[in-house]
Amino acid sequence: MGDNLILKVMAKALIPVIILFALYVQFHGDYSPGGGFQAGVIFSSAVLLYALVFGLDAAAKVLPDKALIATASLGVLIYAGTGVASMFLGGEYLNYSVLGKTAQSGQHLGIIVIELGVGLTVAATMLLIFFTFARRTRAQ
Amino acid sequence: MINLIIDIVLLVFLVIMAVSILHVRNLLAVSMLFGLYSLLVASVFMVLDAPDVAFTEAAVGTGIATVLMLATLAVTRVTHEKKQKRVAYIPLLIVLATGSLLLYGTHDMSNLGDGNAPAHTHIAKRFIEQGQEETGVPNLVTAVLASYRGFDTLGEVTVVLTAGFGILLLLRRNQKLRIKGVQGG
Repeated sequence: MGDNLILKVMAKALIPVIILFALYVQFHGDYSPGGGFQAGVIFSSAVLLYALVFGLDAAAKVLPDKALIATASLGVLIYAGTGVASMFLGGEYLNYSVLGKTAQSGQHLGIIVIELGVGLTVAATMLLIFFTFARRTRAQ
Repeated sequence: MINLIIDIVLLVFLVIMAVSILHVRNLLAVSMLFGLYSLLVASVFMVLDAPDVAFTEAAVGTGIATVLMLATLAVTRVTHEKKQKRVAYIPLLIVLATGSLLLYGTHDMSNLGDGNAPAHTHIAKRFIEQGQEETGVPNLVTAVLASYRGFDTLGEVTVVLTAGFGILLLLRRNQKLRIKGVQGG
């Protein structure tokens, strides 16, 4: 996008707000609309805006591919690991009721944790896909 | 009354978008129109009181999908769709037949918001009555997706991860091969 000053200033103003909104959607998803998937996509759109305005290299410096691959895998690991944890605590796979003191608090905790896993995987995977496509463009 | 007007305006715009997507040959414009189409669909979901779905549609359909389509256009460097001279009769026939079958099928669907519809009488009632007590989560959509349907969501997340890795394997290997070719040549 070159040296478009208006774009750069606006992006700098918007990106923190978008990331904050993504975190709100992530961690408030149990009370208001939203959840891990939506939060992950919104977060990735903030980084996407950064990459479009400031260039791929600047974005890749913040979030290198290796970190993204690790984060994407970590998300699924958190999700599946919650299931295994509830198995070790005496419940069925992904039955969060055994995670807390009461069944209700266990369910609530489990939902927050697996939503975090969903958010991490979705955000990292969306960015990976975008970076891979965008690099192909540049390689030609 | 105002709801009816909003519905009509949104649906008319949806039809306009769909028809113009078919007619416009400039692929850049088509991907923009697809984004607008998704935004309109998101508004329809919002009118139907489904903010969670509207959220996803707006973020994925309007945001990520549009950018990915633009990136693909930049890679392939195709800017215009080729004009088709002949009318393809067999595909047209298949589309018309499938469309009329689908229209015929809608007669069996229950009315919008019908409380006696099978979807509302089976297990949804239990989710609504006991969901918040059992999970402590006021947003029922999150409770159903994350807890009652936890297996499905785990599968979905795995699909997302697999899609990402698939694209990495497909597109990245070629890049490496090209670099080797440059070194060898």
